[in-house]
Amino acid sequence: MSSTFDTVATIIAETCDIPRDTIAPESHAIDDLGIDSLDFLDIAFAIDKAFGIKLPLEQWTQEVNDGKATTEQYFVLKNLCARIDDLIAAKAR
Amino acid sequence: MRIEYFQLVDRIIDLNLNDLTIRVEANVPATSTIFEGHFPGQPLMPGVLLIESMAQASGWLVIARTRFEKMPFLAGVKKAKLRTFVTPGQALVVSAKLIHEGSGFAVTEAEIAADGKPICDAEITFRVVDFPEGEFLDNMKAVARQISLPAEAMAHG
Repeated sequence: MSSTFDTVATIIAETCDIPRDTIAPESHAIDDLGIDSLDFLDIAFAIDKAFGIKLPLEQWTQEVNDGKATTEQYFVLKNLCARIDDLIAAKAR
Repeated sequence: MRIEYFQLVDRIIDLNLNDLTIRVEANVPATSTIFEGHFPGQPLMPGVLLIESMAQASGWLVIARTRFEKMPFLAGVKKAKLRTFVTPGQALVVSAKLIHEGSGFAVTEAEIAADGKPICDAEITFRVVDFPEGEFLDNMKAVARQISLPAEAMAHG
């Protein structure tokens, strides 16, 4: 988790020009860091490349739109990193 | 090239759905109202239309890859370099490679050459959404046939 967070935080800092020290595991990418959907595409591209996975953004968006999930479940960074770890583990199986 | 209609791709030269690459012809017309203003006495193909040409070639690649299930919309252009002028009447070859298929987005690397010499290149990001049905789909399929999109890429559903 910690190395995943470090990688994700560095990606966000570099992609969105956000000071690295303001990015915490509890940060909400949208509400706290102000990342918009277009910037999040760049972040997703970098995360996909860095970890060799495919973040299921369409599925997550649909779940949020349908009221089946909250944005916190996917876009609070510690939760995002946990899901990245799950995707990495699923890929390894 | 029907430049005023933003139909910039004339013909698909080759499409490789294994390598995820495409090459297309884009022939700049000898005359156009666009050249009357850009620029008087020195007509030049606008750089934004060169970028649009790379986006359209990339777009046909994504459409072919998804067999008209998904429609890409231009979302971002990075590392764009316009290396030399393009003038009326030039024959361009636009190439693109799909370098990433994300969830709801795609990224390509594209370039344009004329007489084998590099004209411009860029990394292009698209939002990729379910293909709009109806008139939009019908029109896109008509254009696809005009530009010789291979039949293997035309199946829908």
